[in-house]
Amino acid sequence: MTIDAKNAHYKTVNDQLRQAEEDCTIVGCCGQRFIGTGMSHKNITIEGVPGNALGAYLNGASITVKANAQDAVGDTMNEGKIVIYGNAGDAAGYAMRGGKIYVRGNAGYRAGIHMKAYQDKVPVMVIGGVAGSFLGEYQAGGIIIVLGLAAGGKQIVGNFPCTGMHGGKLFLRGRCEGIRFPSQVTAKDATEEELCEIKPYLSEYCALFGYAEPEVMHGPFVVVTPDSKNPYKQMYVAN
Amino acid sequence: MKMEGEVRIPSGCAIAAVISKAGNRMSGRMITEAMKPMHDRSNGLGGGFAGYGIYPNYQDFYALHFFFDERATRKSCEAFLKERFEIVQSEIIPTRKIPAITDEPIIWRYFVTPFPSILASMQLDEKEFVARTVMKINTEMKGAYVFSSGKNMGTFKAVGFPEDVGVFYRLEEYEGYSWTAHGRYPTNTPGWWGGAHPFTLLDYSVVHNGEISSYDANRRFIEMFGYQCTLQTDTEVITYIMDYLLRVQGLTLGEAASVIAAPFWSTIEGKQDIQDKQKHIYLRTLFSSLLVTGPFSIVLGFRGGLMALNDRLKLRSMVVGEKGDTVFIASEEAAIRTMEPDAENIWAPAGGEPVIIRVKDGAY
Repeated sequence: MTIDAKNAHYKTVNDQLRQAEEDCTIVGCCGQRFIGTGMSHKNITIEGVPGNALGAYLNGASITVKANAQDAVGDTMNEGKIVIYGNAGDAAGYAMRGGKIYVRGNAGYRAGIHMKAYQDKVPVMVIGGVAGSFLGEYQAGGIIIVLGLAAGGKQIVGNFPCTGMHGGKLFLRGRCEGIRFPSQVTAKDATEEELCEIKPYLSEYCALFGYAEPEVMHGPFVVVTPDSKNPYKQMYVAN
Repeated sequence: MKMEGEVRIPSGCAIAAVISKAGNRMSGRMITEAMKPMHDRSNGLGGGFAGYGIYPNYQDFYALHFFFDERATRKSCEAFLKERFEIVQSEIIPTRKIPAITDEPIIWRYFVTPFPSILASMQLDEKEFVARTVMKINTEMKGAYVFSSGKNMGTFKAVGFPEDVGVFYRLEEYEGYSWTAHGRYPTNTPGWWGGAHPFTLLDYSVVHNGEISSYDANRRFIEMFGYQCTLQTDTEVITYIMDYLLRVQGLTLGEAASVIAAPFWSTIEGKQDIQDKQKHIYLRTLFSSLLVTGPFSIVLGFRGGLMALNDRLKLRSMVVGEKGDTVFIASEEAAIRTMEPDAENIWAPAGGEPVIIRVKDGAY
């Protein structure tokens, strides 16, 4: 079913989405917020630019955006998949706790802020281009991968990556020379085992966006992890 | 009504701007439309626009836009103006009655030029004299408020949603080479006509999305130089800071950006270009009280150009796009797509990275 979003309020668009029994394509999208919020089923394809908090609390549905997305993509999403053919705005994957986000291009500031994981819930975000400052800020779990493809001379990540990181893993494709990480994390070359762990996600990225897998898998990859289970011990209070 | 500063309303905002580098004139319709997809960023307590190049027939005169509470105030203010300026035109600013905008004050404009004899006797240049007069009226004349005071530019603002404010002021009847817009969602302060954005002084106008943590520190510093912050609205202080740094101190736009959105000391420390590093150390040291902290994305309008800037942590969204010689700036890409569906090179400037766009010489 096709939903025409031209000049429609987000509530109207979301009501139509919820009522639809089958997969939906939204055309003429221009800034409508909260699309697909909390949805469990259905494939949603969006033509045009969706508004902020796309797929917030997503619970199993699959969203494909043919253009750029704005801020807070997949805010607190729990399960499902969001695929963006363009760039993502700031705070993509904000407090994400499950599911997958694939961004073909770049992500703005604070991608993966406060991503978390619990038992079998391990969120994954793959950013094909470069990421802005404060990547993985307060990351508590899950996997963030930045590939630096078509970077055009830009550094793979801005300033202050992994600030406050205390869980999960962050992979950067490249040598990461000149990138300053906080003292509470360790950045080192990814092991074969770690690369095996992310291979399925890289394969999916390549399949989605038409990249050659050997080219993307060709490293080196740096993996960043927090130093211990409680790297900020006594930084604020004695605990 | 409780005035600014007496009540706190927790809240976002929307900003948008467009400029033709070739100096082509655009009606105010496009910028008004741009605010529609960002409707939910405002709450109806303020909307406004600034247009540059809109008064070509009066381009050598200061366009003073006023809010007056009543006719008597206008009459006494006019008497005050007549002692200081030659008034070449005095008229009501045309508006359209619409249900969405109510309780409007008397909205008037004067096209003026200061008497040379007064400038000579006070030993002031024209701009300083006009700035001081604006400050005097806004602080001393109860019920009168100058909300625009530049040449060949004008601000139009009201309580309401921005898309309605554009219709109210008949912006489609004006043509400018650049426009800025704001939709307000007041944080801290109630919405009233004077408190809507843009905030202007002379040719400078500022639209702002954010909330300045350093407001009081900035205000105390800038008030030492004759500026009076009467509205307790944080954006006002940014306007005066820009006027002080650019007009009074003679800094470049890039330098002014490095003062208000200064990089962290650790970032300055890591700079490889020694001259650039020393300049940043100098600016941070000399103007430490003008560092603006807290979230902001702003568009500064000035004669012949625009500058967009985010706070150094980029706590507010802002994207830039272009098509041909036209450049678009907005809080959301949706607003840019509304102005130009085929806009290209959409990108998000980094925190503290100024985007400066100028109209080519001679075209404004």
